[in-house]
Amino acid sequence: MQFEAVIGLEIHTQLATESKIFSGAATRYGAEPNSQACLVDLGYPGVLPVLNREAVLMAIRFGLATHCRIAERSVFARKNYFYPDLPKGYQISQYELPIVHGGYIDVICDDEIKRIGITRAHLEEDAGKSLHEDFQGMSGIDLNRAGTPLLEIVSEPDMRSAAEAGAYMRTIHTLVRYLGISDGNMQEGSYRCDANVSIRPRGATELGTRTELKNLNSFRFVEKAIEIEIDRQIDIVEGGGKVVQETRLYDADRGETRSMRGKEEAEDYRYFPDPDLLPVSIDSALVEELRAALPELPADKRERFMSEYGLSAYDADILTASRPLADYYEDCVGHTQATAKLAANWVIGDLTAALNRAGLEIGESRIGASELGTLLDRIESGAISGKIAKEVFEAVWSGEGGVDEIIERRGLKQISDSASLEALVDEVIAANPAQVQQYRDGKTQVLGFFVGQVMKASQGRANPRQVNEILRAKLGG
Amino acid sequence: MHDNTLALTARALRAGDYSSLELTKHCLERIGRFDGTLNAFVSVTAEHALEQAAEADRRIAAGNATPLTGIPIAHKDIFCTAGIRTSCGSRMLDNFIAPYDATVVERLGAAGAVMLGKTNMDEFAMGSSNETSYYGAVLNPWDHDAVPGGSSGGSAAAVAARLVPGATGTDTGGSIRQPAALSGITGLKPTYGRVSRYGMIAFASSLDQAGTLTQTAEDAALLLEAMAGFDSRDSTSLDEPVPAYSKALDEPWADLTIGVPENFFDEGLDAGNAAAVNEALGELEKLGARRKSIRLDNVHLSVPAYYVVAPAEASSNLSRFDGVRYGYRSPEAMGDDLNGFYRRNRGEGFGAEVRRRILIGAWVLSTGYYDAYYLKAQKVRQLISNDFAKAFEAVDIVAGPTTPTPAFGLGQKTGDPVQMYLNDIYTIGANLAGLPAMSVPCGFSGGLPVGLQLIGPHLSEARLLRTAHRFQQASDWHARVPAGYG
Amino acid sequence: MSLNTKDIDKLCELARLAILPDEIADVSAKLSDIVALVDQLQSADTDGVPPMAHPLDRSQRLRADVVTEADERELFQENAPLVERGLYLVPKVID
Repeated sequence: MQFEAVIGLEIHTQLATESKIFSGAATRYGAEPNSQACLVDLGYPGVLPVLNREAVLMAIRFGLATHCRIAERSVFARKNYFYPDLPKGYQISQYELPIVHGGYIDVICDDEIKRIGITRAHLEEDAGKSLHEDFQGMSGIDLNRAGTPLLEIVSEPDMRSAAEAGAYMRTIHTLVRYLGISDGNMQEGSYRCDANVSIRPRGATELGTRTELKNLNSFRFVEKAIEIEIDRQIDIVEGGGKVVQETRLYDADRGETRSMRGKEEAEDYRYFPDPDLLPVSIDSALVEELRAALPELPADKRERFMSEYGLSAYDADILTASRPLADYYEDCVGHTQATAKLAANWVIGDLTAALNRAGLEIGESRIGASELGTLLDRIESGAISGKIAKEVFEAVWSGEGGVDEIIERRGLKQISDSASLEALVDEVIAANPAQVQQYRDGKTQVLGFFVGQVMKASQGRANPRQVNEILRAKLGG
Repeated sequence: MHDNTLALTARALRAGDYSSLELTKHCLERIGRFDGTLNAFVSVTAEHALEQAAEADRRIAAGNATPLTGIPIAHKDIFCTAGIRTSCGSRMLDNFIAPYDATVVERLGAAGAVMLGKTNMDEFAMGSSNETSYYGAVLNPWDHDAVPGGSSGGSAAAVAARLVPGATGTDTGGSIRQPAALSGITGLKPTYGRVSRYGMIAFASSLDQAGTLTQTAEDAALLLEAMAGFDSRDSTSLDEPVPAYSKALDEPWADLTIGVPENFFDEGLDAGNAAAVNEALGELEKLGARRKSIRLDNVHLSVPAYYVVAPAEASSNLSRFDGVRYGYRSPEAMGDDLNGFYRRNRGEGFGAEVRRRILIGAWVLSTGYYDAYYLKAQKVRQLISNDFAKAFEAVDIVAGPTTPTPAFGLGQKTGDPVQMYLNDIYTIGANLAGLPAMSVPCGFSGGLPVGLQLIGPHLSEARLLRTAHRFQQASDWHARVPAGYG
Repeated sequence: MSLNTKDIDKLCELARLAILPDEIADVSAKLSDIVALVDQLQSADTDGVPPMAHPLDRSQRLRADVVTEADERELFQENAPLVERGLYLVPKVID
């Protein structure tokens, strides 16, 4: 039997606010344990939550960017359970009336556009962390992360493969960074996801029993874990068994998913509206104001890069993967007479390679966008060749100076005056009589050999087009 | 000097009849003399009080005193007090030193009030007799075999015994008004949101409201003025101006219509209570109010609705008490697994009534019961709220008994929680609807005090206080002092 | 509706409360009385009545996104039963 997978993702993205969602404590990552846990975050007796406005605005921005409806009235609820990293014994979340619901996002997977429904996105507080090492068999609790705002983005079960799930997760990741609502840092846990996976015979309409894969904190893990889980479920069904609804943990080291001991049955979260908080009202004026201020979204930018700059889908994809990279590219294009395509080749090629080598972000590039534009101009005007340009690029990157300064200092300017070139050509012809004879006997492919020799004699600076012309004239004569 | 009202005390301090330090010492001396028996205080903060009193005297001398500067008060031990144990009447918090002041404590402190100590209360404010306290029952100064009411029983007994001229309390289902009625003093529960809940250990967040226990309505007005007002740290705090309640007490009283719910006088109301309340209503008529008979059709459902809503919220609010960051940790808990650790800390840290309410609260919210109980109770809450709203279209104040009976005997109802709960049958409605309400001494039944309850629409504290003040000018029930405490 | 011993066990687990074996009968009896009390709610006609979650019919106020709290770990941990290197210690958490 042929099976198809049905996958829905719940993405948790930390919102990039300065302070926590319900308290005035800082959200900075990596602080001393419990140094950023104030009375509210610690769940001290008597303290109360007050909602961070910026977190609400960020959620609305996300909703607007994903064609969602923004709830005029949304409600915070308490999700009750006991865990040491949850100081109050309940998590403040949204249950029945989330702030954002009913939208979609288009995802590109295998060159096809796939529309993934977004069921809802709601605000909630993050929990703290339990540390297990080295406490004489006890666990240590750090509540710095407790109360950090999270946006939980719940998709429809619209994905049919691990690759689609990965593409969706990447697309949302790009989007939240574009919107400036999350740093999306996966190492620090700012962006993580759970996946609901089920299988059914291809063509069936009802859903199979699903399992939930917890805490997938990299794109690769999401894809790998889902693939493994799909295979596991198919094996069960083909072996005549039944998939059990449960929560499973992905073990990257062993390349398997394993059950979390029926955690689900025991939980009854007893959601109810949090009486410490009132319903959040959002008026349409605010929504319109935020809509007007939305940045250009990744999909629109990609389209525009293709139409405005004549880029391929591939180039446009890469250049719009992050807003700083796209901004750099456009800045560069605005500072050069060279073609947008040449600029794209350089940004995607040499620049990206240099950044990767140095482990830098685009914002930390050692060559500015306008400087790169100058370099492209020198190529375009024929002042230097593409090959020389790479040398100049490396020199600028190493901090030796500006583009023109390096060309000047190193004497890299292309030799284009005919007299000098003719002299070089004459030397090469005189030094290679055998090849001259071959050429004249009709073996014209040796022209390449002569061009190479001239370029070598000029240390790469000769204008190759002119060299060609002069060689043809002299050898033919 | 101890039997002066708060208002008179303020005048005496201002006139220099005695200093705050003298008064404070005198009050501390009386607490030392009487509280061994009454058990109204969980903590007496003598040193802190004497410092505050000395500072108050300097402030009075410097001429920048408020009406409350130098006045001794006591805080229910539910309000967090920085550096001072805040027990909430529970073993769970027996060792808990709050690192901050509740807004109520901060504001009264800023006004110059002198805190004598923290008063006894039912554990986590769950009770109507003060018998669920980890620190033992409080005795009613009128009858040492009777309860003072609860949960603000310590505050009520301390004011009734004239150990302190005024005290704070909290009222979730009647916890200010009921003990005020049973102890023969004046209790005010303001509109929900009028006084900040910040720093007040939560019982049921949508019902809890801080208020005052004093001899008179005038005293209540003075305290409320200082306590009330917007607080950005409480999302449910009302951002509304605070009227000068004490200045408006004598304003003319034109056309006051008092609605008396017939069904408050059905069976279940003690005959002596009924007589005293009726007489008081007659007195109000003599003072010019019009009496109108009304019905609050769903009020008989207020106790059942309350015992769903309040435990539901409480079960969640009390989840934070787990022995991890503060509070009781069983000596054996670290030997358990995590689950056992929680169960032991919480099982040993909470008393029987608190555990019952946590369990009921967990139950009404659990899968399969949420709609039938929690959601149903919320709908009934709406019906009860609608009843009041409708009543206030025709009347200015609703008045009736505060409690069905006068103070009952110690231990009389501890074996039967439901009988205990029914004590709050007249008071709970105001909490469910978020309305301001008062209890005013209005007579005696069998030698024990009886309270007249006044309930007003949202933010009508000034009207309630004015009505109570007028009544107290024409009566002296509030001035009666239990024998031996004069 | 009444609550039997098994119900009480389940609720104690949900609410993380230890109750001694000899207390269960009394707890069960008293809780059943309370359940009988709250069962009176079923008599109310609440068709079309919206649930009232809160006495205030107002909207949530929003706080500016500003850090207002400083590190007061030392003070806050004075109440903690067991702390090591700034961490609150509990029995081993098993994921």
